Amino acid sequence: MDFGFLFSHFAELTITGLALGAIYALVALGYTMVYGVLQLINFAHSEVFMYGTFATAWVAVWVHGTTSVSQGLGSTLGLLALCLIVAMATSAAVALLVERLAYRPLIRRGSPKLVILISSIGASFALSEIMGLRDKFAGWFGVENKLSDYVAQARNVYSSPVTVDPHKVFEFAGYGVTDVDLLVIGAALGMMFALDLFVRRTRLGRGIRSVAQDPEAAALMGVNSTRVIRTTFLIGGLMAGAAATLYMLRIGTTRQDAGFLIGVKAFTAAVMGGIGNLRGALIGGLLLGVMENWGSAVFGTQWKDVVTFVLLVLILLVRPTGILGESLGKARA
Amino acid sequence: MGIKPKLRALAALAAAGLALTACGSSDSSSSTAGSGSDCGHYNLAFLGATTGDAGALGQNMVGGIKLALDEYNKAHSDCTVGLKVFDSQGDPVKATPLATKIVQDTSIIGLVGPGFSGESLATGKTFYAAGLPSISPSATNATITESGWSTWHRVIGNDSIQGAADVKYMENTANAKKIYLIHDDQDYSVGLAGFVKTALGSAMTGEDAVQQKQTDFGPTVTKVTSASPDAVFYAGYYPEAGLLCKQLRQAGYKGLFMSGDGSEDPAFVTTAGAQAAEGAVLSAPAAPAPADFNSKYKALNNKDSGLYSTQSFDAANIFLAGIEAGKTSHADMNTFIGSYDKTGVSGPIKFDSKGDISAQTIYAYKVTGGKLDTANPTLIK
Repeated sequence: MDFGFLFSHFAELTITGLALGAIYALVALGYTMVYGVLQLINFAHSEVFMYGTFATAWVAVWVHGTTSVSQGLGSTLGLLALCLIVAMATSAAVALLVERLAYRPLIRRGSPKLVILISSIGASFALSEIMGLRDKFAGWFGVENKLSDYVAQARNVYSSPVTVDPHKVFEFAGYGVTDVDLLVIGAALGMMFALDLFVRRTRLGRGIRSVAQDPEAAALMGVNSTRVIRTTFLIGGLMAGAAATLYMLRIGTTRQDAGFLIGVKAFTAAVMGGIGNLRGALIGGLLLGVMENWGSAVFGTQWKDVVTFVLLVLILLVRPTGILGESLGKARA
Repeated sequence: MGIKPKLRALAALAAAGLALTACGSSDSSSSTAGSGSDCGHYNLAFLGATTGDAGALGQNMVGGIKLALDEYNKAHSDCTVGLKVFDSQGDPVKATPLATKIVQDTSIIGLVGPGFSGESLATGKTFYAAGLPSISPSATNATITESGWSTWHRVIGNDSIQGAADVKYMENTANAKKIYLIHDDQDYSVGLAGFVKTALGSAMTGEDAVQQKQTDFGPTVTKVTSASPDAVFYAGYYPEAGLLCKQLRQAGYKGLFMSGDGSEDPAFVTTAGAQAAEGAVLSAPAAPAPADFNSKYKALNNKDSGLYSTQSFDAANIFLAGIEAGKTSHADMNTFIGSYDKTGVSGPIKFDSKGDISAQTIYAYKVTGGKLDTANPTLIK
C-alpha cells in the first residue's frame, strides 16, 4: 500500500479520475432513466455507446482520411462539434431501434420482466456482432474495398486518425490541468444539468416522472406511456452519443466490444448513486472514476476493480438503494 | 394480424444469427483432400484463433500455410495435401476438445500450431500422448518446451531470449539507466515481463500491471511520470500498448517506449497516433519477410502477409518436406523434424532436443516517419 504516492499526486489522480467518471456518468444516465421508467436494466445500452464511438471515428476518417494527425483542441473544435452531432444522432437512432425491436413488442404483450431483460441482452450481442461483422455486410453489397477505411478488419481496434494533444491551462496543486480534462468534465456536467432541468421543468419531463411513479395512474391521466418510453430511450441514446465523443477525444480508439467494460462501469455507477435517480448517476459516475484512480494508486492498478466493487458492496450494505436512493419519479428528479 | 409477419421476421433474424454463429465456429472449413491412387490423402491441421479478438493473427498463419500448400500441391498434383483448420479463438478451454478431435483424425500427419501459449500448455499433453508432431509458428512462452513433450516444436524464439535481448537493447543501445516495467497480466505478458525483470535487476525503477481491454491508463501514467525513467518496457499486446504509449506522451514522458512481439503490428502506430508512436521500439523474434514472399502471399490470399505468416509458411514446409521424403507415420515425421536443418523465409531452422529453435535471433523494429519500419530492423546482439 502506497498512501504516500496517493497524497503526493492527489490532484492529478483526482482530476483524471473525474474526467473518466464524467463519461461513466453520461452513460449511466441511460441505464438509470430506462430503469426509472420500466424497472428494467437495458443491457443493450453499452452497445448504444459503442456505436457512438464508431460514429465519431468514422466522421474523423471521412473528414481527415486515415493519415494520422496530431493537433490542439482549438483547431479540432469544428470537427469535434460535427462528431458530437453525428454520434448523438447515431446513438439515439440505435437506442430507438433497440426500444422498437427488443422492448416495445414485449411490453405491449405484457411479457414478464425477465423475458424483456433477456431480450435486451440478445440485442446487445446482436449489435456488437453486427459491428464486428461489418466487413462481411459490406462484402454482401460488394463495397468492402470502397469502404475499406471504415470496415476493414472489423474485429480489430479502430482508431480515430485525429489525435487531440492536451495543453496545460493552469496548474492546480502540482498538476497541469489540461483543456481536454476541462472540456470533458464541463461538457458532461452541462449536459447533466440540462437533462435535470428538462425532466423537472418540461411537460415531457413530467410525463417521464409520472410513468416512473405509477404507470397505471399516469395512463389514466392521459400520459402516452409508449411515447414516454421512447423519449427515455432517445435521451439515454443522446447522452451515450455525447459520452462516446468525449471518450474518443480522450482515448481515440474503439472496437466492437468496447461498450462492455464502460457499460459495466456505468451500470455500477448508476447502482452506486441509486438506480433510477439522475443525480445519483452523476455522483456514482464521478465517485467511481475517482475511486478507480485512488485505488490504483494505493493498491496497484490491477486492484482497481477490487477497490471499486468492495466500495459498491459497502455502500449497498449501508444504503441498499444507493447513495441518493431510487427516485426518478420522486421529488429529486 | 400485424404480429405474425413481425414474428416471422424475428425468427428469420434469429436463424440468420445462428447461421452466422455457426460460420464463426466452424472447425474444418477448407479440407481439400488428396487425390491419386497410391497417395495417403494426408492433411495438415491448424489449431489457433481464426476468429475472435486475435483472429487476425490466426488468419496470418492460415495464409502462410495455404501458400506453402499451394506451392507443394502445384508441384505434386498427383498427390496433394489438404488443410483442416480448427478455430480455438485463442481460448485454451475451446482448444482442448479440438485437440482430441485432431488426434482422432487419422488423415492428419502433423499440426501447425497451436497458435498461442495458453492453448499450447493446455493441449500439449494430448498431442504428446498421441504422438502427433506439432510445430508452432507463434507460441513463445518459455515453459512449454520445459514440459518434456518430445513431439512439440516451434519455429520462433522463446520469451526468455527475447526478454534478455530487450533489456540489452534498452541498456546498451538506448543507454537507459532507469527502466519502468508494465505488463497486462496475461500468460504471455507475465512470462515476458518476468524475464525482463530478471535481466534488469536494479535498473528497474518501478513496476505496474494493467488489464486487457483497459483504455484509460491515468494512474499508471502518473506512476511512470513521477518515477521519470529513461525507458518504459510494456509486455502485452498492441491495443493497450498503443494507448499506453499515447497517454504517456501526452503526459509529457520523453524517454524510450519499448514493447515485445505482442505489440509488433502496424496497428500499434494507428492506435497510438503517428506522433506519439514515433521512436517507439518493438522487438520480435522474427526477421522481416523476404521481398518476394509478400507478393506471392498477396497473390494467393488477397491481402498482405502479417506477423507469423512467414513462420507458418516455414512450419508447413517442414511437414511437406517430410511427406515428400516418405515420412508418413507420426514417429518417422517426428524424427524427420528433429533432424531438419534448412533456412526458411523466417531464418535458419534447426531444433534443439527440447523443440526450441536453435538460432534464436531477436530483432528490434522501430517506428520512424509515422510508420512501423518492418523492412529494416536491428538485430539485437
